Amino acid sequence: MERNLMKGNEALAEAAIRAGCKCFFGYPITPQTELAAYMSKRMHKAGGVFLQAESEIAAINMVLGAASTGVRAMTSSSSPGVSLKSEGISYLAGSDLPAVIINVQRGGPGLGGIQPSQADYWQATKALGHGDFHLLVYAPASVQEMVDMVVTAFDRADKYRMPAMILADGLLGQMMEPVSFPEINANAYDKSSWTADGHKNKRKHHIINSLYLKPDELQNSVYERFERYEKVKAEETDAELYLTEDCDILLCAYGATARVVKSAVNSAREIGIKAGMFRPKTLWPFPVKEINEACKSAKCLLDVEMSMGQMIDDVKLAINCSKPVHFFGRTGGIIPTPAEILEEIKKVGGAE
Amino acid sequence: MAVVFERPKSLADVATHYCPGCTHGIVHRLVCEVIDEMGIEGDTIGICPVGCSVMAYDYFNCDMIEAPHGRAPAVATGVKRTNPDKFVFTYQGDGDLAAIGTAETVHVATRGENIVIIFINNTIYGMTGGQMAPTTIPGQVTQTTPYGRDPELAGYPVRVCEMLSTLTGTALAQRVAVDTVPHIRETKKAIRKAFENQKEKRGLSIVEVLSTCPTNWGMSPVEAIKRLQDEMIPYYPLGVYKDVKAEGGNK
Repeated sequence: MERNLMKGNEALAEAAIRAGCKCFFGYPITPQTELAAYMSKRMHKAGGVFLQAESEIAAINMVLGAASTGVRAMTSSSSPGVSLKSEGISYLAGSDLPAVIINVQRGGPGLGGIQPSQADYWQATKALGHGDFHLLVYAPASVQEMVDMVVTAFDRADKYRMPAMILADGLLGQMMEPVSFPEINANAYDKSSWTADGHKNKRKHHIINSLYLKPDELQNSVYERFERYEKVKAEETDAELYLTEDCDILLCAYGATARVVKSAVNSAREIGIKAGMFRPKTLWPFPVKEINEACKSAKCLLDVEMSMGQMIDDVKLAINCSKPVHFFGRTGGIIPTPAEILEEIKKVGGAE
Repeated sequence: MAVVFERPKSLADVATHYCPGCTHGIVHRLVCEVIDEMGIEGDTIGICPVGCSVMAYDYFNCDMIEAPHGRAPAVATGVKRTNPDKFVFTYQGDGDLAAIGTAETVHVATRGENIVIIFINNTIYGMTGGQMAPTTIPGQVTQTTPYGRDPELAGYPVRVCEMLSTLTGTALAQRVAVDTVPHIRETKKAIRKAFENQKEKRGLSIVEVLSTCPTNWGMSPVEAIKRLQDEMIPYYPLGVYKDVKAEGGNK
C-alpha cells in the first residue's frame, strides 16, 4: 500500500474527506491551523464545502445545520476554541446529530500556551457542554491512528447519532509520519427518518430540536440516549495492552504520552522491572474491561499524562481503587521524557 | 360557496402559545402565505431562534431546526451551503439577532449568504419576561431598566437594517410593521421579495418587522399598536434601506 509522509493535522483532513466528510467549518487556531488550510485546498475539489467561519461558535453551529440535513460534517480547533464550541456540541448531542469534532490540544487554562498538552481530558470525557450527555472520544497516538480514527469516528457518529471527538494534541498535529489511507467502504446509514432537508410534500415535516419543556418528555429523551450509551459502552471500547501479561507495574497513558511511556517500559524491562502499559484508544467509552485485564498481575499502577492528572480518575474508577494508582505528569506544554518516567517507575514500581 | 379566506397550507392547524395581541401570529401567517404562493413548502427549511418564537417549529409545516440562542444564521449557513437549491429562512427576535447573535448576523450578511431572515423587533425580551433588548428605546421601562433605558448606563439601541445595509453582501434590508392592514400588506410584499431574492441567488435578505408585545409592555393590544405607531416607527423608520434588485446591482 502506498505510504505518504504527512503531518498529523493534514492527515486528519485527508482522512475526513476520504471518509465522506462533505463540509468543514473552521476557525484558525494554533496548533491545528494546517487542518483548515488543507481543507481549503482540497475540499472544493472533492466536491464538498469549506468555509472559514467568523468564530468557533459559528463554525460548530454551521456543522449543526449541515448535520441536520444528513450530511457528514466536521469542525476542528484547539483547546480554547473547543471551549467555545461546547455550546454547540451540547445542542448536537441533545438533537441526536452525528458530527466529528477535532481537538488538537494545547496547554491551558485560559489562553494557556501553544505547546502539546492533555489537559482537556475532563472536558472531552465529562463536560463538553451543559446537560446529561456523552460524546465518543478517540485518542490517537500516531498519525496513522489519526487517519484510522477519523474514519471510525464518522461511522460511529452516524451509527449512534451522536457527536464524536478526536482528542489529539499539538505533538501529534505537528508531527510528520508515513501514513497509508485504507480503502474506505463507508457504511450507508439511512437518515431519511429524521433529516431536515425539505420534505418534498412526501412526508410529515421533520423537526431537529433539543427543547422539551415537559420534564417527563425531557427525561424520556435523556433515558433513550443513555440506553444507546450502554450499547456504545458494551461495543465500542478499544485499548492497546503492551507487555501486560506478567507486569508488576502497569503504566497508563494515552495519545502522544503513551509513545514516551512505551520507551520507558522497554527501558524498565531491560533493567529487570516487569513494567507493562495500558493505552486507551477510546477515552469515552473508557475501556474498563481492558484495563482490568491489563492490571491482573500488577501490584500497582502508574498513570502518566501531560496534565496534573485527569484520566487518573477514570483509571481508579475502572479498577474500583483495588490497587494503588500513582501519578506522574508534566503540564503547560512540557512533554515528559522517558528518563523521568523510568525514575518514577523505579520509585513506585519497586526496584528492590 | 366560494372560499375567500383560509389557513395557509404550510401553517400548522394548531393553537399557538403566543399571548393575546402578540403579532407573531400575523408574521407567521405572512411567511406561510408566501411559501404557499411560491409552492416551496417541500423545499424549505426554517430555523427557529431562542425566544418567544422558539417553538415555531410546531407552527410551520416545512422542515424545521431549532438553533442555539443567536446562532440561527450560522445554522442556516450550514444548511444552505450543503443544500444550495433549498429555501432557507431564519425567524429571529431582537435579543437573539441583535445582541447574543450579532456576530452571526453581521457575518451571514458579509458572506452574502443566500438566505432569508425574518427579524421580529418588539424592543423587548419577551420569553424571559420583559428585559431590556438591544432595540429597547431610550426611556423605555423594562424589567432590567426599571427607571427607563438610560443611554449613559445601558447604551443606545441597534438599528439593524441601517447597519446591515452598509454591507455589500446584503441584497435586501427592509423595515416594515404589522400595525395596520396596509402595513401588513407591505410586510407580505417584502417577505415575498426576500424569498424571490433567494430564488435568484442575490444574497442575504432581511425583513425587519416592528411588532408588539402587549404582555411585557403592560398594555392592552390596542394600546400596544398605538405605542408601535407613536414611539417605535419614529425611532425605527419604515422603508427600504437596501434593495440590490431595485438598485440594479451592488454599488
